[in-house]
Amino acid sequence: MKTENQKAWFFVAPVLILVAFNAIIPMMTVVNYSVQETFGDNLFFWEGLTWFEQILRSERFHAALGRQFFFTAMILLIEIPLGIAIALSMPRKGFWVPVCLVLMALPMLIPWNVVGAMWNIFALPDIGLLGYFLNHVLGINYDMTQDPVAAWVTIITMDVWHWTSLVVLLSYAGLVSIPDAYYQAAKIDGASNWSVFRFIQLPKMKSVLTIAILLRFMDSFNIYTEPFVLTGGGPGNSTTLLSIDLVKIALGQFDLGPAAAMSLIYFAITLFVSWLFYTLMTKDDLN
Amino acid sequence: MRKRSLVPILYIFFLMLPIYWLVAMSFKTTNEILSGFSLFPQTFTLEAYVTIFTDPSWYWGYINSIIYVSLNTLISIAVALPAAYAFSRYRFLGDKQLFFWLLTNRMAPAAVFALPFFQLYSAVGLFDTHLAVALAHCLFNIPLAVWILEGFMGGVPKELDETAYVDGYSFPRFFLTIFIPTIKAGVGVAAFFCFMFSWVELLLAKTLTAVAAKPIAATMTKTASSAGYELGLLAAAGTLTIIPGAIVIYFVRNYIAKGFAMGRV
Repeated sequence: MKTENQKAWFFVAPVLILVAFNAIIPMMTVVNYSVQETFGDNLFFWEGLTWFEQILRSERFHAALGRQFFFTAMILLIEIPLGIAIALSMPRKGFWVPVCLVLMALPMLIPWNVVGAMWNIFALPDIGLLGYFLNHVLGINYDMTQDPVAAWVTIITMDVWHWTSLVVLLSYAGLVSIPDAYYQAAKIDGASNWSVFRFIQLPKMKSVLTIAILLRFMDSFNIYTEPFVLTGGGPGNSTTLLSIDLVKIALGQFDLGPAAAMSLIYFAITLFVSWLFYTLMTKDDLN
Repeated sequence: MRKRSLVPILYIFFLMLPIYWLVAMSFKTTNEILSGFSLFPQTFTLEAYVTIFTDPSWYWGYINSIIYVSLNTLISIAVALPAAYAFSRYRFLGDKQLFFWLLTNRMAPAAVFALPFFQLYSAVGLFDTHLAVALAHCLFNIPLAVWILEGFMGGVPKELDETAYVDGYSFPRFFLTIFIPTIKAGVGVAAFFCFMFSWVELLLAKTLTAVAAKPIAATMTKTASSAGYELGLLAAAGTLTIIPGAIVIYFVRNYIAKGFAMGRV
């Protein structure tokens, strides 16, 4: 189909140069730091793999990584099924379609720290809408700044609020691409709603769901700004996700070596899990 | 059928609640916010908005953000168009590896890059300029733009290119006058995504600027931490950051579903 043409490299060159400038130079800086020790004044000493060992053995890292995996798992388990369910119940044509889509996309266009600040205001125990409602109408004792469970529920709800629409929009794009004839055929065969979903809608949504799961995994695994503004990692360390911990080490304590080693391990985990998801989900296509 | 439409309605209601609260709070006086709970602003005030529109340190934040976001969108689309064309039409040495490598740049946690970015852009003398932020955001926007545009270009039959060449069109003339207009929906969607991701990103934008190019979102965090009681001002600034997104989304409303699928449905 495609023709072989090495001159195509000229078309790609500007992209390559710009992205390489932003990706390779900073990445090499990180690699550099990760094998050295510094006491300031631009004096560096070779440390080898000490930092990597230290990070991989540190309980603090294990705890943050555990919280990170828990967060991402919760996000995927809630947002993916919820997003599919909402997409299935949306109208397929008519005036309300663009209205729904625009309103649903709105949370994704709000700067991430504004999302955090907004949810902070929303959840304030006595003067926030959510906090007031839970404490004074439902009588649940809710204070995000004191109670780790409340903090967790709030950051997960915030992310569901922020990103479920991405899954909805992707699934919806998959659904509207299904020709009517498929549904008519299913009707003639007397297929149940479940089999329509299982054998027509789900397979058609597969490629977009792959994108959705990958994007949701990468972004929730790397999340920083929103939970940092909302809870600051607290109360205590209970919502200190991996990237929050990383920034604490890098900019708070200025431990460049360990922070760089941690960054690389972090990046490697993200790459590996993304690759795993990708291979698992596209396995059937290859056969 | 009735019961079914309840789900999107409830979902949208849930989405609008925090936004409503932010907007409502921006019209309240500080006294009212701190004195207790009120569902609607009791003493409606525009004080917070007046502050923002009269204080240069506030409104310049918006101008800065809009400048670097637009600049980033322009750069990203301009370089992504030919690259996406190459990926969708030609096979060349290392094409698949290059495409995959581009996408991996979305996976690096921005927190990892904050400090090296600061050093890199200081070293080349671009620190605290709009260009620095615009170039830095290319890291994740160019791969995304290439990905989306490639998806849309793949849907255009190759016969279009061939017919144009037979008719004696040169490549640049064909690309600019025939091909780009054909995929203008894709260009719109890609531009929308670049705008969106550059607009919502703060960590790098904040790291790379100090005064002259400081984004609005950074101006906000400062107020929020130094004066926690100025919730009304914070809410008003937050409300204003929603507007540019709402405007651009209006333009791509008919392509948005397909756009989010990166043209791959």
